[in-house]
Amino acid sequence: MNTELLGIIFMFAATLILAVPLGKYTAKIFSGDKTLLDPLFRPVEQFFYKFSGIDATKQMNWKQHLYALLSIHVIWFLLCFFTLIFQGSLPLNPDGNPSMSPDLAFNTAISFLVNCNLQHYSGETGVSYLSQLLLMFLQFVSAGAGMAVCAMVFNAMKERQTEALGNFYNYFLKSCTRILLPLSIVVAIILVFNGSPMTLAGKASITTLQGDSVQVSRGPVAAFVAIKHIGTNGGGFFGANSAHPLENPNYRTNMVEMIAQMIIPFAMIFAMGFYLKRRKLAWNIFGVMTIGFLLLVIPTVITEIHGNPAIHQLGISQPNGAMEGKEVRFGPAASGYWSIATTVISTGSVNSMHDSGMPLSGTMQLLAMMTNCFYGGCGVGFLNYYIFIILAVFLSGLMVGRTPEFLGKKVEAREVKIAAFIAILHPLLILAGTALASYFAAHDTAMGYWFNGKATGWLNNPNNHGFSEMLYEYTSSAANNGSGFEGLGDNNPFWNISTGIILLLSRFIPIIGPLAIAGLLAQKKHIPDSAGTLKTDSTIFGVMTFAIIFIIAALSFFPALALGPLAEYFSMI
Amino acid sequence: MKNTFSALKLTLLCLIFFSVLYPLAIMGIAHFAPNKGAGEVITLNEKVVGFQKIGQSFTKDNYFWGRPSAVAYNAAGSGGSNKGANNPEYLKIVQDRIDSFMAHNPTVKKEDIPAEMATASGSGLDPNISPIAAQIQINRIAKARSISANTLQQLIEANIQKPLLGMFGPSTVNVLELNLALDKIK
Repeated sequence: MNTELLGIIFMFAATLILAVPLGKYTAKIFSGDKTLLDPLFRPVEQFFYKFSGIDATKQMNWKQHLYALLSIHVIWFLLCFFTLIFQGSLPLNPDGNPSMSPDLAFNTAISFLVNCNLQHYSGETGVSYLSQLLLMFLQFVSAGAGMAVCAMVFNAMKERQTEALGNFYNYFLKSCTRILLPLSIVVAIILVFNGSPMTLAGKASITTLQGDSVQVSRGPVAAFVAIKHIGTNGGGFFGANSAHPLENPNYRTNMVEMIAQMIIPFAMIFAMGFYLKRRKLAWNIFGVMTIGFLLLVIPTVITEIHGNPAIHQLGISQPNGAMEGKEVRFGPAASGYWSIATTVISTGSVNSMHDSGMPLSGTMQLLAMMTNCFYGGCGVGFLNYYIFIILAVFLSGLMVGRTPEFLGKKVEAREVKIAAFIAILHPLLILAGTALASYFAAHDTAMGYWFNGKATGWLNNPNNHGFSEMLYEYTSSAANNGSGFEGLGDNNPFWNISTGIILLLSRFIPIIGPLAIAGLLAQKKHIPDSAGTLKTDSTIFGVMTFAIIFIIAALSFFPALALGPLAEYFSMI
Repeated sequence: MKNTFSALKLTLLCLIFFSVLYPLAIMGIAHFAPNKGAGEVITLNEKVVGFQKIGQSFTKDNYFWGRPSAVAYNAAGSGGSNKGANNPEYLKIVQDRIDSFMAHNPTVKKEDIPAEMATASGSGLDPNISPIAAQIQINRIAKARSISANTLQQLIEANIQKPLLGMFGPSTVNVLELNLALDKIK
């Protein structure tokens, strides 16, 4: 058991040690400084700009950023949607998988577009290799787009008055070529040499040692899994995601994939510190996030190692903890750790089945997505935290009776209104969706077109756990996470369309909000620090931000958690 | 409009770069990996009997068993049971697995059965069991094959995969490799 605990401590330490230099490198990329890969990538990028007719040196204000961001997303959506609904007749489909239904293609295209990767299909039977490669493209560009917005917000936080906030295409392309691609190549190579396939050959048919005939799905797995983690996307090549032995072959790859998914969210915080020369603020933010993360991860790991009380009552031993839905090569500690890491950041890849985890772990996973700002996804994690900083600045200002300021800019009614709206939107989308689905399930409504049969048919578990399945699905959608209580029967028009809409709203509104706030603040006059300035890099401000996150994000969900995983937890002790 | 065309062209280049060149590069490198990146296979008498990383179903008394699987170890798909921890229907399935295990292993005490032998893995393709789970099957296999328990004990120990660098993660046994080694004992 000790080696398992050592394993997770090492994973965290290694991520941190690697993330600081990556943060420095990222800051250099965003400021256009010289870096090691310049000779290799500068000509490539120049060619990209020249061919596309893009002037990457043109400064944009926040509205132009937004326009560039949204218009390119429309193209990506259409491209992906139409490929998925025709994939059955397109090339690179050795297993002869069928085309997607329009509602599933709608959900899948949006979910990869918004960096969520909810996946209401299984990779083995639901998509062709062509579609997998296209989804991989979205895994790159959606992460790059998130980082580009984050870079623009960093830019707006500088001590000056301006409308010019850099160029979206410049930030976007450099994030993809200079950060996402090199890291993905490293991870993919490690995976390939540890046994992940990278082939265009279809399923292999074999006769096992005992004489059974089975098939083994393969494909271009290693490249896909690398960017799935580096870009905090989380969409699995296979149905079982990173629990699948070909997607995550051993403990070494498990560590690599874990570090890969956390490294950019960590690095973005340090990048902010280097970029603005405010390293103390970066460490302060990192500290608050880490406390939040530890408060979620420690109970989860303990409860998973402790095992399932209901199994204990059947009279067998649990030397390896709770093992339903887990893999022996990872064990309960690394599985519990992963389940929280993947939910605090918005990866949503899984190396164990969350549906079969302990109720307390389920509570922690849900809370991780409900707060959705401890580290967070590629770029957008920082944006979510930024909203809470604005709220904390405002409330602290009220408490001490001073005009609220953040980094020398006055935070006024307009910015606070936007921040409050974004903070409330998240619980609203989750709880409204869950309420709707629960209403149908409670009345066991015949769903007609929306679902084949009566509404309880989509549940895989009875009682409180069934409620948790629905709550989890909407929470995962609204947090753009993509993990699931996968027992839920979600490939039907009801779930495909309702979660698809929530995915769109909860990706773009929380991007538009911070972008607008940052843009508005950047236009204001810079006020130099004085004795009366609220120190946003102080411990007390960190505590304040944490309290705001706890009150807004955690408490608004408490009734729903009480009905779901908490009720299940108390019924088991 | 100009903006849209620019975005379209940028998308096209990104597609070529990230969906074609990047995977091709990795595929090129994969040629130096085991089985050229098509999945590491195990052959017996020049016939493929399995993938090294993919578990197989073993039900006969004379083989080491792996874990229960929600997909019957057919890697055309993958997945877990997704049953909640105290779902009554699920607990009945676990009870049945315990009963069945005890019927086949009459010398094993119930409190010594590790939970992994009665619970399904996340992928349904788990190739491993823990050394303890292998050891409690010794008596059954010794009887079925008329081999000494001591030999089997040594066989298991030779097949234990230690934690990474001796420090990180659990010890495991690959069931397929263990059974192949078992077949070699005359």
